[in-house]
Amino acid sequence: MAFMLGITPWPVASALLWIILIVSALYLARATAHKAIQAMARAFHRGFRTASKAVARSQENLAARNRDVLLAAGREAKERVIEREFDRINDTVRKDLGNHAGLHRSLDESIKRIEDDHQQSVNVPPDPPGWVKAVEAIAKIDEREGRFGVSNILSDIHKSLVKAHKEAMTAYLSASKQRHLLLKGMRPDWRAIQKTLLQVGKNVDSLLARSVTIDRLMQEYEDIVRGQDRAVSVLSSSSLVNFFVSALVLTVAIGGAAINFSLIARPMAEMVGGTSLIGGYRTADIAALVIIMVEISMGLFLMESLRITRLFPVIGALPDKVRVRMAVITFTILLLLASVEAGLAYMREVLLHDELATSALLRGDAAATATNEYLWITTAAQMGMGFILPFALTFVAIPLETFVHSLRTVVGMIGISLLRFTSLLLRLLGNASLHIGTLLEQLYDLPLFVPLWLEQRMGHDGNGKGRRAYTGEARS
Amino acid sequence: MKRLVPLMLCTVLAACGQQGPQNTGVYMLLDTSGTYREELDKAEQIIRYTLSRLGETDTFAVARIDTGSFSEKDIVAKASFDDRPSAVNRQKRAFAQRVADFVESANSSPYTDISGGILQAVEYLNEKGTGNKTILIFSDLKEDLEAGYVREFELDLDGFRVIALNVTKLRSDNIDPREYLGRLESWQGKVEKAGGEWSVINDLDGLDGLL
Repeated sequence: MAFMLGITPWPVASALLWIILIVSALYLARATAHKAIQAMARAFHRGFRTASKAVARSQENLAARNRDVLLAAGREAKERVIEREFDRINDTVRKDLGNHAGLHRSLDESIKRIEDDHQQSVNVPPDPPGWVKAVEAIAKIDEREGRFGVSNILSDIHKSLVKAHKEAMTAYLSASKQRHLLLKGMRPDWRAIQKTLLQVGKNVDSLLARSVTIDRLMQEYEDIVRGQDRAVSVLSSSSLVNFFVSALVLTVAIGGAAINFSLIARPMAEMVGGTSLIGGYRTADIAALVIIMVEISMGLFLMESLRITRLFPVIGALPDKVRVRMAVITFTILLLLASVEAGLAYMREVLLHDELATSALLRGDAAATATNEYLWITTAAQMGMGFILPFALTFVAIPLETFVHSLRTVVGMIGISLLRFTSLLLRLLGNASLHIGTLLEQLYDLPLFVPLWLEQRMGHDGNGKGRRAYTGEARS
Repeated sequence: MKRLVPLMLCTVLAACGQQGPQNTGVYMLLDTSGTYREELDKAEQIIRYTLSRLGETDTFAVARIDTGSFSEKDIVAKASFDDRPSAVNRQKRAFAQRVADFVESANSSPYTDISGGILQAVEYLNEKGTGNKTILIFSDLKEDLEAGYVREFELDLDGFRVIALNVTKLRSDNIDPREYLGRLESWQGKVEKAGGEWSVINDLDGLDGLL
């Protein structure tokens, strides 16, 4: 600095001289400097734009990929729902309509019985005595010919006739009663027919309702297959909902697993020792954790074997016989582990009590060592929890499957958002670099305001070039 | 990938490696000489407190200080606790019972061989190889050796904590407190010279920092 101010005997003159020299140099290099600044700005602009386009392309690819994944997942889910709906219809048809032949036979039999009973209950009038006219004729002959001996005979015949009539009437009344009884016996058959027909009606209605559901599902399935935007939108929304709901349920399950862990970690020290460490962690804790993990794994396999979840396609593709066998084995292992946990929970309570008693003894607090008569309640509760929690954890498989499937989509959505933001940011930077180039030109021109003003005033090229240069318009 | 597998194996093996013993060994010396025998009830409380603080695989021994304390015969009760919690509780109860029996039946000893007791404690704890080693001295720290007993030797107390408990003032200390202070200073110098850490706890209600 001292050197710079020492080129003349007067520092102010030296400074002025330097300023004039620098401004002159800058003015002479102005066009080149502007070109360099513009080149640099355009280079940045192009670079950012190219990067922005590349990121936007990646985002589009990811969006397309995510859309495919979403549609594939939706298609698979919808296929499962439709398949289950068909299974239900199949069950209904097999169970309710499969015995249609028997139902038909039952109806036929009921109708036949009714017909027979109806036939038997037809009211047959008693035969009129055909020989009454003959008796009357003989009686008339008797009167004409004056044969009074016949009268007695006819009187006897009349008596016999009256008697026979009475007997016939009695038989008729008895038969009528029998017919009425038969008609009364037909009532249950009518009711049975009515009930059967009602059941058939319900089954048919159920089938119709299911067919409506299937129609709706098939419509949605077709939308998904066609890749319609509405279907994608619905699937995205449901995927997000599934993600948050399954995450919530998994959090609850983790809480359950933590309680399970605390139930068995302490007594596990009795089995593997309380002080040995593996990788800085107590072996007893690791053993307890392993038991819980094995239980969760068994639960997953059980759910897979029952085809409730489909995380492992290999298990789902197994023959039914092997699959059922696997389900039985995994359930047995779960049962054994649950029993072990119940035992450990009991052991925990015993150990805790023992430790409290020892502590009380060491404190000299004899009253604290007295046995609590309600201790069995906590012991039973702990054993119950130890037994139930492994089975409860089995159901983790369902939210886990949902979480895994929805996670793929959600991660894709987050990736798309990030890429979109990055693309926008790069685009903004690209535009900003152009403006920064202009700003740098203006800043360059700022110390040159004197020569530029002179240039403008002189208008040396006569075309206003100097003015344009001063205002920066020559740039474009 | 070829490098990753051995690296993971090494990491797992390193994680599984032993990190040295982390257990605690405590050796407590009980002064039974003269009138200090009357203080044994307090010692029993300290022992019970110590028992409640110790856990699996820890070691605890209680020995009396008498005429010649450099002897295993002076050990009243000792236990290396199992690593199963239920067994530890049983051991603790048995230990407490043995100490209680001793406190009831202990006789006064005519001499006080604290140095011999410390040497015995060092040997015992070194033999057990515990990670942390603590020697508790329940005494007035007034050493009184029988004629002929030589206790002028160098101790190696590197890694040991030596805590003097209930260091009562003698009648002569009341007349000349410098004796008491000198006694404490002498033992502190002796322990620290041997590489150990020295501390004194006289308030038995504040045993929180004992272990």
